[in-house]
Amino acid sequence: MFMLKYIIRNAFRHKLRSLLTITGVAIAILAFGLLRTLVGLWYLGVESSSSTRLVTRNAISLVFSLPISYKERIRQIPGVSRVGAMNWFGGIYISEKNFFPNFAVEPRAYLDLYPEFLLSQEEQKGFLLDRQGAVVGRKLAAKYGWKLGDRVVLKGTIFPGQWEFIVRGIYRGAQRSTDETQFFFNWDYLNETMRRTIPRRADQVGIFVVGVSNPERAAEVAQAIDSTFKNSLAETMSETEKAFQLSFVAMTEAIMIAIQIVSYVVIVIIMVVAANTMAMTARERISEYATLKTLGFQWHHIAGAVFGESLFIAILGGSVGILGTFPAAAVIEKELSQFFPSFHVATSTTLLQLAAALIVGASSAVFPTWRAATIRIADGLRRIG
Amino acid sequence: MESETGIVTIRNVTKSYRRGSQVVPVLEDISFGIRSGEFLALMGPSGSGKSTLLNLIAGIDKVDSGSISIGGCEITTLSDSELAGWRAVNVGFVFQFYNLIPVLTAYENVELPLLLTRLTRRERREHVEAALDIVSLSDRMDHRPSQLSGGQQQRVAIARAVVTDPAILVADEPTGDLDRVSAGEILSLMDHLVRDFQKTIIMVTHDPRAAEKAHVIRHLEKGLLTDG
Ligand SMILES: Nc1ncnc2c1ncn2[C@@H]1O[C@H](COP(=O)(O)OP(=O)(O)O)[C@@H](O)[C@H]1O
Ligand SMILES: [Mg+2]
Repeated sequence: MFMLKYIIRNAFRHKLRSLLTITGVAIAILAFGLLRTLVGLWYLGVESSSSTRLVTRNAISLVFSLPISYKERIRQIPGVSRVGAMNWFGGIYISEKNFFPNFAVEPRAYLDLYPEFLLSQEEQKGFLLDRQGAVVGRKLAAKYGWKLGDRVVLKGTIFPGQWEFIVRGIYRGAQRSTDETQFFFNWDYLNETMRRTIPRRADQVGIFVVGVSNPERAAEVAQAIDSTFKNSLAETMSETEKAFQLSFVAMTEAIMIAIQIVSYVVIVIIMVVAANTMAMTARERISEYATLKTLGFQWHHIAGAVFGESLFIAILGGSVGILGTFPAAAVIEKELSQFFPSFHVATSTTLLQLAAALIVGASSAVFPTWRAATIRIADGLRRIG
Repeated sequence: MESETGIVTIRNVTKSYRRGSQVVPVLEDISFGIRSGEFLALMGPSGSGKSTLLNLIAGIDKVDSGSISIGGCEITTLSDSELAGWRAVNVGFVFQFYNLIPVLTAYENVELPLLLTRLTRRERREHVEAALDIVSLSDRMDHRPSQLSGGQQQRVAIARAVVTDPAILVADEPTGDLDRVSAGEILSLMDHLVRDFQKTIIMVTHDPRAAEKAHVIRHLEKGLLTDG
């Protein structure tokens, strides 16, 4: 009881100093939490790509396309359940800063291949029947205020021209981590327009998304696809969607690793700062601790007081940081929705934050605790005056 | 040598400090005794070893050689934690700069030594109130040290020193930081403790007026007792 009172009163002895330390710890723990969340979401995105889907592209590079005629031949390979052609469209909505992924897809195949995009029966029908129909994610629709039946114009970059679409469906994600910011439309619309305007670019496919009936045989199927087109004009390269995503984000992965390192560096910095503050505090109180020892208090009483104070401050700062993480994440989710489809703080992240706060408190207490506990009384008392 | 029946018996005590590679002798072959109920003043120039000697008697520093027996207990053979327990029961401390804990009230400061005993909260309250009554500060028990004058703070320190009812009080220049009036009050209080509560007091002082109150005066000079 007394110890608790003593620890708490000591913690607020220098109000400004304590406030600054608590604020520092809070900011560090908050930053740590947000950075961990960012990294976690990125890996979650990679993890959540399905292992039942393969992506087949031109072996030379993504820049080169594949003929649509490959579709039938891929479908005939054993183990393949579905094939859908897809082109990265890269259209711009009004201004370049309104970035969102948009593709041309084969509607029936795409909806079957991506069951995580939930669409009502009517919307599915509307999409399948309208050549100019488009389906958009719930978040994207909310962002631009699109409703069913709205006309949306994208400016083509890879495929020149002004492209008009009618919103026929607004999908929700089956999971929290499902991307709700995509825009996809009928591949035939793209292809027929190309046939009329730039015929040599018609019947060309960016990638084929291939569904496999047995995920365990995905590698075999990929190999079978690639050997089918060996020595043909356009050789293929097939891999799981996950591997495909990873190759896309290899660069981003380096950034993610850097962010992870930074998240730990933040903790180390606050550890050093807190340790310095605690050492300063303990040094000022050496004669006080010597007095307590004189009165008969033992080293473990003194150690408990110093350690407790350090831990108390760290936990206080840590709690503020943890509580602040949720509103901060909500703001990020709202403001930066095109980059982070869902900025959700995982429970494991909160626990990691708590652990980080405890480590900051404990590590910054080690040296002052040792000093205070081992100070010889006669030396400690001489510090007065 | 003093009589063997004294409450404190010091025999052939030597003490030196290390300063780098140099060994600085502070006390050399000190022997004397203190009788129960005695008010002893320890005088001498600055640096002569008065505080060191007081610390040795109070069990907060260790001798190099020699023996110190207090109330029949040979304290030079006790371990650090045994000494801590022994101090809590047998010695009360009064320092030049009061050494109160700033974040605790007068009441809480006086209660401190009792937290190490088995007394109940209620018993502790009785002891603390009695001790504060002796030093006439019952009306200030909820004040923090910073809200008290120097003399009042030293009185709180004296209450803290006597609250466990130890046989011996040690005081290192208790009036050194006080004005004449407050110093006078502190000395009367010490006198009162010796007379009416049969305490044994060992007080280091520079103040001739303080020495007047003492029954016995001993002089230290360069680590040697020059009288007795
Ligand atoms: N912990 C210590 N370390 C080194 N030297 C010390 C220590 N304590 C005391 N001394 C030295 O011992 C001598 C006596 O000190 P002290 O007992 O405090 O004298 P006094 O109280 O008579 O002024 C001084 O020279 C002082 O510098
Ligand atoms: Mg001294």
